[in-house]
Amino acid sequence: MRALTWHGKHDVRVDTVDDPEIINPRDAIIKVTSTAICGSDLHLYDGFIPTMKSGDILGHEFMGEVVETGPKSTLKKGQRVVVPFTIACGSCYHCGKHQYSACDNGLPADNQDIAQTLYGQPMSGLFGYSHMTGGYSGGQAEFVRVPYSDIGPIVVPDELEDDKVLFLSDILPTGWQAAEFAQIEPGDTVAVWGCGPVGLFSIQSAFLMGAERVIAIDHFPKRLELAAKFGAETLNFNDTKVYDALLEMTGGIGPDAVIDAVGLEAHGLFVDNVWDQIKVSTFTGTDRAHSIRQAILACRKGGRVSMPAVYGGFIDKFPLGAFMEKGLTLKTGQTHVQHYMPDLLNAIAEGKIDTTFLISHHLPLENAPDGYELFHDHQDVATKIVLKPGLEKTKVEMPA
Amino acid sequence: MTVSEQMDAPATAARDRDVRAEDAPRDESKVSAAVVTINKPARELYDFWRDFANLANVMENVDSITVDGPDRSTWSVKAPGGRTVSWESVITDDRVGEYIAWQSVEGAEVRNAGSVEFRDTPGRGTVVRAVIAYDPPGGAIAQLIAKLFQREPAIQARRDLRRFKQFMETGEISTAARTRKDATDLPATHTTAA
Repeated sequence: MRALTWHGKHDVRVDTVDDPEIINPRDAIIKVTSTAICGSDLHLYDGFIPTMKSGDILGHEFMGEVVETGPKSTLKKGQRVVVPFTIACGSCYHCGKHQYSACDNGLPADNQDIAQTLYGQPMSGLFGYSHMTGGYSGGQAEFVRVPYSDIGPIVVPDELEDDKVLFLSDILPTGWQAAEFAQIEPGDTVAVWGCGPVGLFSIQSAFLMGAERVIAIDHFPKRLELAAKFGAETLNFNDTKVYDALLEMTGGIGPDAVIDAVGLEAHGLFVDNVWDQIKVSTFTGTDRAHSIRQAILACRKGGRVSMPAVYGGFIDKFPLGAFMEKGLTLKTGQTHVQHYMPDLLNAIAEGKIDTTFLISHHLPLENAPDGYELFHDHQDVATKIVLKPGLEKTKVEMPA
Repeated sequence: MTVSEQMDAPATAARDRDVRAEDAPRDESKVSAAVVTINKPARELYDFWRDFANLANVMENVDSITVDGPDRSTWSVKAPGGRTVSWESVITDDRVGEYIAWQSVEGAEVRNAGSVEFRDTPGRGTVVRAVIAYDPPGGAIAQLIAKLFQREPAIQARRDLRRFKQFMETGEISTAARTRKDATDLPATHTTAA
């Protein structure tokens, strides 16, 4: 089959590799019909995530048709399914509490050592996201072996086309969980750092959960425009002092809840950011973390901090004093996708949530490397790229 | 009173190898211990373990274990060069649903001993604690044994317990392999869907 493989920093290629097979009883094989490039894939593309190996297949946002099932799979051939990016067993203590991304068994036993050493306990497996998260082949491919297929994939009705449901795999539940973790109360003002897909979905979700005002922060005009379409007030950090503006807009109180949807590759020329970048490039640190620092400083006393953004390692100068003195609450984590999928699928079917506005490009899988370059270098134009296996390679024009 | 009983911290967490050895069935210096909580009743886990033939499903180095009698079994373990090392093992202590201890019989090529304890924990399943001890390599077979236990035995024990947990909780052992020929991390006897 054809698949997008990683070979190093800014080096991804479409290669011919072995087709996946059923290995365990609960497996299924999915023929991919749509697969997206995620903002977090750019962390792999930029070489920020350790334990990658040359030839790894990327991709964790995908859907398709069931073409083969193991004897214990509950799926049937021909069904259309969206696959959650978290690989969870459904049988352990954490899955029982619907904390699917904390599944005890999703990682192969040997791979659990890395996460156990780095984080204290191993987490669930993830598709296409380094060997620390299992080393599972990802979804930017023609076919995928999906373990625990009786628990993860959700069957979608034929009348809902791919573009409407694809984002159930990651970014829609992630944006929703971020808003839920902000514990929004009616009348709240919520500030969201980062208007990428997760930020935009968390803005939509925050309004649905009763937020009075949402303030969106980014530096890409197109993304801020999209945020404004959903009713958010916008701040461009290139021409605005974000802390000053937030206090001004909230009568000196600060936002009741803050959401960091940026994470370990924060952009912007700030002193701490430049210092972080030096440390990252000299391998003395792993994460750039300007957005979470600013969010904590701006948040009102007793407020809530929600952090859907991906962090992998250690950060310096975490404002622990501000965090403690103001009595903030922080909720974060990889998304418990399986928990949110059924309700969000209903919301999509009922027309309460629309995700199609986000997609700026459909490209053949064969053009996936162009897609990475486009998404990486032209975020103002490329808001979301969906790859289609089986299409002929085409010529992709890069914006000037 | 042993040293470990005087401490609040569990013996498995001791920095001192000799203190850990207090809990081992014998006083070898190569002792490893691991603990895991499994979301199944103690009796179900005990029953699986007590039929030693099952253990080849979860122990990576073990090729097969044949049960020769109520207390005796023959272990066949992978060795370099395609050969296997075998020994006979006898159960030395057995409390139904709670505890099993075993050790190799006199004259075994690799002297070893182990024990496993199952303790029900309300709402969480069962805490499973395993202790494995084997003779440190020496003499002619030193190199063979070193290769046999390629990894730190503590790591091997922890990984084997994780596989035991996966098998009991999910009915299978997680692997990231894409093809059956790449699924080399699965124990030889693990029944695949193929």
